[in-house]
Amino acid sequence: MRFSRTSKALGVAAVLAMALTACGGSGDGGGNAGGDTSKVISANSTEPQNGLLPANTNEVGGGRVMDLIFTGLVSYDVKGAIQNELAESIKTEDSQNYTIKLKSGETFSDGSPITAQNFVDAWNFGAAAKNTQLNSYFFESIKGYDKVSAADSTLDKMEGLKVVDDQTFTVELAAPESDFPLRLGYTAFYPLPESAYKDPAAFGQDPIGNGPYKLDTGGWQHNVAVKLVVNDKYNGPRKAKNGGVTFKLYNSTDAAYTDVQSDNLDVLDQVPPSGLQNFKTDFKDRFVNQPYAGNATMTIPSYLPEFKGEAGQMRRQAISMAIDRQQIIDKIFYGNKKVAAEFTSPVLDGYDANLPGSDVLKFDAAKAKAMWEKADAISPWPAGKVFTITSNIDGAGNKEYITAMANQIATNLGIKAELNPIATFKEMRDLVNKKKLTGASRAGWQADYPSLYNFLGPLYGTGAGSNDGDYSNPAFDAKLKEGLSAKTVEAGNKIFNDSQEILLKDLPVVPLWYQAVQGVWSNNVNTVQFGWNGVPLYYDITAK
Amino acid sequence: MFTLRRFLQLIPVFFGATLLVYFLVFATPGDPIAALSGGKPMAPAVEAALRAQYNLDQPFWIQYGLYLKNLVTLNLGQTFSGQEVAAVIGRAYPVTARLAIMALAFEAIFGVFFGVIAGLRKGKLFDSTVLVASLIVIAVPTFVLGFVLQLVVGVQLGWAKPTVSGAAPWNELILPALVLGLVSLAYVIRLTRASISENMNADYVRTATAKGLSRRRVVVVHILRNSLIPVVTFLGADLGALMGGAIVTEGIFNVPGVGNLLYKAILNGETPTVVAVVGILVIVFVIANLVVDLLYAWLDPRIRYV
Repeated sequence: MRFSRTSKALGVAAVLAMALTACGGSGDGGGNAGGDTSKVISANSTEPQNGLLPANTNEVGGGRVMDLIFTGLVSYDVKGAIQNELAESIKTEDSQNYTIKLKSGETFSDGSPITAQNFVDAWNFGAAAKNTQLNSYFFESIKGYDKVSAADSTLDKMEGLKVVDDQTFTVELAAPESDFPLRLGYTAFYPLPESAYKDPAAFGQDPIGNGPYKLDTGGWQHNVAVKLVVNDKYNGPRKAKNGGVTFKLYNSTDAAYTDVQSDNLDVLDQVPPSGLQNFKTDFKDRFVNQPYAGNATMTIPSYLPEFKGEAGQMRRQAISMAIDRQQIIDKIFYGNKKVAAEFTSPVLDGYDANLPGSDVLKFDAAKAKAMWEKADAISPWPAGKVFTITSNIDGAGNKEYITAMANQIATNLGIKAELNPIATFKEMRDLVNKKKLTGASRAGWQADYPSLYNFLGPLYGTGAGSNDGDYSNPAFDAKLKEGLSAKTVEAGNKIFNDSQEILLKDLPVVPLWYQAVQGVWSNNVNTVQFGWNGVPLYYDITAK
Repeated sequence: MFTLRRFLQLIPVFFGATLLVYFLVFATPGDPIAALSGGKPMAPAVEAALRAQYNLDQPFWIQYGLYLKNLVTLNLGQTFSGQEVAAVIGRAYPVTARLAIMALAFEAIFGVFFGVIAGLRKGKLFDSTVLVASLIVIAVPTFVLGFVLQLVVGVQLGWAKPTVSGAAPWNELILPALVLGLVSLAYVIRLTRASISENMNADYVRTATAKGLSRRRVVVVHILRNSLIPVVTFLGADLGALMGGAIVTEGIFNVPGVGNLLYKAILNGETPTVVAVVGILVIVFVIANLVVDLLYAWLDPRIRYV
């Protein structure tokens, strides 16, 4: 899931505010006893960009709400491990055919029972091209997706989904995928009540769900707030420990930050760049700073002639070794990130910080320079050519860190390097999608579901949807396939890590660092836990 | 007659402005649909269908023509999130209008008051103090004033909430209105002061004083009324600017007004919203200017409109 564009586009006054927020802040920890379970918690969010339908919600503003008012077969606990919600069991022999049994007696918030049909219909609805759901590609591994998603297709049922009885349905995938069960907690896989299909657009404004909360009557006040109240029909593991959650919608996290400082807002899940230096002193014992499943990288597209072949591979490695990641993290992000050692995230099961070949991600100016010269001996770097790094600069901090990185590359490799600034996110995506980059570009990934594969397949598989750099390596593809056909998630993870060794040689992107969430909370609530994806466990928050 | 003619002028101005703005948003680089997917893949069929839904697959003149066709039936189009643009604007405009009226009242009342005193006591301590203070306010950017006031009043003193809540009631808008009006306030003070001190030496003022009129009457009826023309011109133009929403101030205080709306719509390439907001703004501007012109005639009987 991505950050919405507005949440990134706040840095109007970042530098100045940095100095100003230095003097704020107050707080005393005490009084941690019990907690009031009837009070409503307030939290920051952004206006959901689309109607609240599971398969049409692909950004955090809508995602935060969807994950509280809906629940799927499974959900993720604080560590990202899956726990059963509506699923009684998910069974497979071959990682390709799954039999899913539902718990009985569960209902939507309007009292209608949740059956296997609700799941099958919702997934078919999400996948069919004619319904134009943004997340439709999430169903691509299900058999028959290619037919319902084709242009002008009028089909609306995937042949891979079959209802056995009210509590059971089967899923047949087009190919074995060992991490399929891990995906089932993602927003796109939630069920929908029968009433949703009459007028999906209207339903999206006032959805009926099955999660720990439900939308209050008229709860979605556009651009102002989304109000959730407790859904007492919910019986899963995420039972609400408060009286409700009100999301206050902000255009700038700076405003939200001052609100938490004055106890006018309970939880903020993203300290603005202006607060990064001081949030620990501003909030004393009321903050977290922990890694979540996201990373930052720099894509070097494989369609660039200088970065092809053996010389290209050496140049990629030289650039990677010429970047002093720790220095950038310390100077620009005040130490609030962690240097990357591979392509995924340390919060995931199966993460391995010591993969063979990961030395290429360590700063070594001398080795970098030597490697670059070796590449020049094979095919010389065009005289006077500037190595550019393209980035949108409407996201706070982008400009600063990429300029710093370009300077390091220039100094350590003895070439010209600079930031190629693009005004807005949409312009940047346009360049990337049309493969018009003339140099490297800023990139990053935020996991949709906690799985190593989610950081690899969609990004570096040949022809994959988010493979912006057009990377293609048959050996890597083969490893991915092998990992997906593994019998268990654990066995699959081992093979996925093997596949990363190939990436560490080819460096389709240069991994930079792992993202961390900086969250703060007010004096009105007890300690707030943040999950594997950097999202607070809203249902678990208690008022003082 | 004059008023009617001015209203008729509104029509070409309105269409010209919408055409221009529509073209500008159309011409901004970047693909709104690509941004909608946020860098994640999108099924090609879904992408094509979305493009068709917002007419983004059409050439400019057809897009604009379709927009006008809807406009005639008072259909302002839809946002990418599927809401009616009319409803979105209907929620944002009352908030911005409240904010603008408060800011305008603030700058008009205090600006003229301080300006008159400073103008009458030209060269004295009060005059110098006001001049220096207004210079400082003009020099400091709005966002600095905003952040400082928010931090001091909202966080440290705790006198007001640092941000505005959803309904944006009058009392919560005091602080943002203050910030919003402060720079214009400084201009109003300086304009009034200059105008007053100039008119103090005019012949009609000497005549009025020689006739034996009270000082109070000379100042209020003779000097002030004649001095207000440049001030009213400025305030009229400022009302238009304020109604356009203050992107910076609304951002700092999280005011759910037009400025915030416009900022997001421009970033997302949401043409219908941008054009509608600007269209309304054009109307506000034209009407504000008309009111200013009518005020001239009232302030200075020598001005007549036919």
